[in-house]
Amino acid sequence: MNANGYVHKYGDNVDTDVIIPARYLNTADHKELASHCMEDIDKEFVKKVKEGDIIVGGANFGCGSSREHAPIAIKNSGVSCVIAKTFARIFFRNSINIGLAILECPEASERIENGDSVSIDFDTGVITNMTKGETYQAEPFPEFIKEIIRSDGLLNSIRKR
Amino acid sequence: MGMTMTQKILAAHAGLESVKAGQLIMANLDMVLGNDITSPVAINEFEKNGFDRVFDKDKISLVMDHFAPNKDIKAAQQCKQCRTFAKCFSITNYYDVGDMGIEHALLPEKGLVGPGECIIGADSHTCTYGALGAFSTGVGSTDMAAGMATGKAWFKVPSAIKFVLKGKLAPKVSGKDVILHIIGKIGVDGALYRSMEFVGEGLKSLSMDDRLCMANMAIEAGAKNGIFEVDDITLAYVKGRVNREFTVYSADSDAEYDEVIEIDLSSIRPTVACPHLPENTKPASELTDIVPDQVVIGSCTNGRLSDMKAAAEIMQGKHIAKGVRCIVIPATQQIYKDCIKLGYIDTFIDAGCVVSTPTCGPCLGGYMGILAEDEIAVATTNRNFVGRMGHITSKIYLASPEVAAATAIAGRICDPTEL
Repeated sequence: MNANGYVHKYGDNVDTDVIIPARYLNTADHKELASHCMEDIDKEFVKKVKEGDIIVGGANFGCGSSREHAPIAIKNSGVSCVIAKTFARIFFRNSINIGLAILECPEASERIENGDSVSIDFDTGVITNMTKGETYQAEPFPEFIKEIIRSDGLLNSIRKR
Repeated sequence: MGMTMTQKILAAHAGLESVKAGQLIMANLDMVLGNDITSPVAINEFEKNGFDRVFDKDKISLVMDHFAPNKDIKAAQQCKQCRTFAKCFSITNYYDVGDMGIEHALLPEKGLVGPGECIIGADSHTCTYGALGAFSTGVGSTDMAAGMATGKAWFKVPSAIKFVLKGKLAPKVSGKDVILHIIGKIGVDGALYRSMEFVGEGLKSLSMDDRLCMANMAIEAGAKNGIFEVDDITLAYVKGRVNREFTVYSADSDAEYDEVIEIDLSSIRPTVACPHLPENTKPASELTDIVPDQVVIGSCTNGRLSDMKAAAEIMQGKHIAKGVRCIVIPATQQIYKDCIKLGYIDTFIDAGCVVSTPTCGPCLGGYMGILAEDEIAVATTNRNFVGRMGHITSKIYLASPEVAAATAIAGRICDPTEL
């Protein structure tokens, strides 16, 4: 499993209200949610984001509400992985449950800059910053988490078993 | 090695003799909760994956509270989807307009959650029920769907911070001030992935409503759950509500904690969290130049009867300041009725407030009090993130019902102890 893309960088405490504002929670439609992704922190995000791109945040990424709409919006906007110094726990759980890859890596969170080109090897946890010629080590996923992400979510992986 | 309160409840629900921090377990659930926003996502997943039965029709609660009474056609469709699902699977605890209330006020009031139980809810403030000595945590819709189907959820056993409460709250200081003070001290990720366990002789001066408010905001410190030691106040509250057997768990004397923090309740002053994080706390007395456009008194944090009482006592015989819009939202039908009986509703309306039927409404920027560009709100809600209550340039100051009511009267942020 690998990911490759350009980075959209944000700071600490990116909350679920700015990832997907509550005014759009009157729908569960994945594409519609994605069309408002990051709207209250970065109005241009949906115009800039390309398939495979990576979001890098600081500490406590995804704090606040338990709305699964937040990782759903990110995943359906084309983002292949979110890297952060730390994640809020419900966001962390929800991301894995819906099959959005996320990695905690304080060094990557600090060093990677907006627009850098980054690739990730999920088997080894190695994050390569092509723009800067640097690598950072994240904890690789255990097999059962990889299986959930490969199966496109927890329920699919339960059904497969 | 001993276990914390949380670890003991998790061990019991996983059928294990003991657990330790970091261990992955599969636990049996006593209640699975969803609302009109998170349930549709869970129902879609439930149906897409071909589940044809729920694990227990009595152990699922669906509460239409966020955008209900329906704020628009899409919200109406979402409630309709929940209603159809509840009917199809004969869900006992389905609460719609007329008997619904804000979920985290409603479930304890109805006795649907009790001490020692293990509860998940697709709403981050599900941690509220820790006030009753339960393990209760917020999850997403996928966990809710899996929980409805199987009655189980996986958890990583958390470590904990112990808060030892001492002393007694000063008049016009409440649980909200205590939890804002704590979040200001440890930060919005100060308890990330961990439990916050509240113990100590100071508990005696905290009512159930104070405790529910404090446990409710454990998530704002990043915690997995907040939990209070069960005492006579808890037992008096659940008596007549929780009509089934329950187990009271207390931490082992040799339980290991990451940190022990002592809080002297008598030193806590009316506290306000400034935009745009709940950790940006200041004494209300230092913010008297802040002039709000709107004051909101309600929510799953502070929409209970003692919150209404505190606000009504401050507003009694007074009128709110010109230019301030004050919205009061009792959290359940029962609280609403009690407010009518006790004369609080008359007090609020005579003071120039508007009183709404129970709903989460403005707290998450749904409806019933959305802020315009650059507007300022003082709210008894739980989050003051960018754009939370409306326009992205609007600002929210989080406060207790006492501070909010005094602020509405004064027309500027006001320390109620100085009235």
